[in-house]
Amino acid sequence: MKGLSFDLAHLLAGGLVLVSFMLLYQNRLYSLLNVFALQAVVLALSVAWQAYVQGAPHLYVTAAIAIVFKAMVIPIALHRIIARLGIHREVEIVGSLGPTMIAGMGLVALSMVVMLRVTADADPLAREDLAFALSVVMLGLLMMVTRRNAVSQVVGFMSLENGLILAATGAKGMPLVVEISVAFSVLVAFIVIGVFLFRIRERFDTVDVQALDQFQGGRR
Amino acid sequence: MNAFVPDGVALILAIPAATAAILALTPGYRLSARLNVLSAFLTLMAALSLFVRKPETGPYILVDDLNIVFIVLNTFVAFTTSVFSASYIAHELEIGRLTPVQLRFYHAMYQLLLFGMNLALVANNIGLMWVAIEMATLTTVLMVGVYRTPEAIEAAWKYFILGSVGIALALFGTILVYMAARPVVGEGLDGMVWTVLIAHVAAFDPAQLNLAFVFLMLGYGTKVGLAPLHAWLPDAHAEGPTPISAVLSGLLLNVALYAVLRFKLLLDGNSGAIAPGPLMAILGLVSLVFAAFMLYRRRDIKRMFAYSSIEHMGIIAFAFGIGGPLANFAGLLHMIMHSLTKSAIFFTVGHISQVKGTQKIADIRGLTVTHPMLGWGLVIGVFAIAGLPPFGMFMSEFLVVSSTFARAPWLAIPLVGGLLVAFGALLLRLHGMAFGEPSGDVAPVKASSLPIAAHFGLVLMAGIWLPPPLVAWFQHVASLLR
Repeated sequence: MKGLSFDLAHLLAGGLVLVSFMLLYQNRLYSLLNVFALQAVVLALSVAWQAYVQGAPHLYVTAAIAIVFKAMVIPIALHRIIARLGIHREVEIVGSLGPTMIAGMGLVALSMVVMLRVTADADPLAREDLAFALSVVMLGLLMMVTRRNAVSQVVGFMSLENGLILAATGAKGMPLVVEISVAFSVLVAFIVIGVFLFRIRERFDTVDVQALDQFQGGRR
Repeated sequence: MNAFVPDGVALILAIPAATAAILALTPGYRLSARLNVLSAFLTLMAALSLFVRKPETGPYILVDDLNIVFIVLNTFVAFTTSVFSASYIAHELEIGRLTPVQLRFYHAMYQLLLFGMNLALVANNIGLMWVAIEMATLTTVLMVGVYRTPEAIEAAWKYFILGSVGIALALFGTILVYMAARPVVGEGLDGMVWTVLIAHVAAFDPAQLNLAFVFLMLGYGTKVGLAPLHAWLPDAHAEGPTPISAVLSGLLLNVALYAVLRFKLLLDGNSGAIAPGPLMAILGLVSLVFAAFMLYRRRDIKRMFAYSSIEHMGIIAFAFGIGGPLANFAGLLHMIMHSLTKSAIFFTVGHISQVKGTQKIADIRGLTVTHPMLGWGLVIGVFAIAGLPPFGMFMSEFLVVSSTFARAPWLAIPLVGGLLVAFGALLLRLHGMAFGEPSGDVAPVKASSLPIAAHFGLVLMAGIWLPPPLVAWFQHVASLLR
């Protein structure tokens, strides 16, 4: 199973984890969106490579969704929403960067230990892919927890979802992958439309989720 | 693949889907509310037809003795809620809280939600089940935010983010189940078909199944509303339209619980895997005790009953976690009783908050004097939900407690403690609302008492006399659950 195909898959999946770390330390919304678009491109390459290695042409559809929808449509739409609604361009981070990055490393180490030990009998390609995928999921969760800003929480969710798509394509021959990636795209589209339609900016004067929390403070 | 021949299953999926499309195009609330009721009624009839003729099990569709209980309960409460919704929505339209366009959207989403829930219940494919639950979540998010007030948007956003994280974790668990199944059942569709999985589960790698169940339990557990992942539930219940609170509490939580049960069965079939029961029992117990104490601090009537839902989902998860024929029987009965009682309470609360123009408990007083029907309805509902005899929940809670004494006596202490604390909190709040000096608006209300009476009647009947065939049926299903 060693060889070029394994190394490339490994490289791309590892690249996804690396880009997840890059997402963690972005403190401007526009650069956050650019890095997210980069992550979507890496995901698309990784999925396309899996499609080629596994000889599973339907996975090319998933790769195409990743590149068109996640690398282009969503970042552009969010760019426009940020400009339209005049959202603050800077991202507030709960806590400081250092501990967040260290926590991120801890989570990656944890997912490696857990996944590699649990899947000892599975085939190596799927096994490494799953370990990387769990890392991306964990980093996405960490990002959602440490951001106060609704747009960057959405980006955190989408990067979490990228990890899931990586896991689904890594599991060789898994049915319904395309359907699941379509369902996820619908979900993400709804979130993005929701940010826009609910006009969180207009209602709250800021898109910080902390401001949202104040509304329920008085009524509990 | 002959899975979609026109039978009961095809109908319970096709009727809501088609009605959703029609309702999206129907102007005028009278017509659309009636269509909504009619469609829910036809779906209920189609669901009942499943008793007579079950469809063949295919790679996508499965109807067995376990999920037929859920399907019938689901379609029944959906029907009564649509009747309640018709009168509730008319009032909302009158006072201008909803515009006709929003209403059209609301009705279409209601049917789409029923479609999603029914699909999740009949799905034999764990991937399809996941997609269906995701769809049901999305539609409820949109309905929770339908009032567009800051509070409603805040609730919808919170529900959205937590619900999305929950279903994302559930998907990871689903992928892990497939990974565990692949070496045994081979690649492709079979690896996600539940009936195939359960037949071969004994040969799966236990470690992978364990990890998968942790993700599935956390993921779908978020949707069940188990602590500590319950944060979305009170807000979503309090800020959305009341029919949606009724459907959320009465149905959607059950659907998520059904998903957990299916995976619990898988783990039970593998001797090397961890026992899933204790995990469920602990999460359930924590939810029960936590929610019971939280009940004391509520000032919003819908929020209070939302915490009560967390409490009862905790009891149900605890009962299934304890396992064994008696506890499973109690869990099933409690689930049905809770769905019926809680949705009827929300029907009552919906009318009460419309009459009084507020959801604040402090502003609602003396209901039995000003609105006898609603006031006594609330009294009956709270008595039933608190587990007083002669209602059905007394029996199911009694069974849960006694089976706990039999199997794990020391767990009975926090269980009974939590039940008593919740009981005290509910009666304390009820006293002020139902009795005392009347306050606020005393105008009579055009309430639809039929759904409320039907639900309480069934709950009362279950508490006094359960027909022997029904008991035999429940015992059979309970034995399936191990």
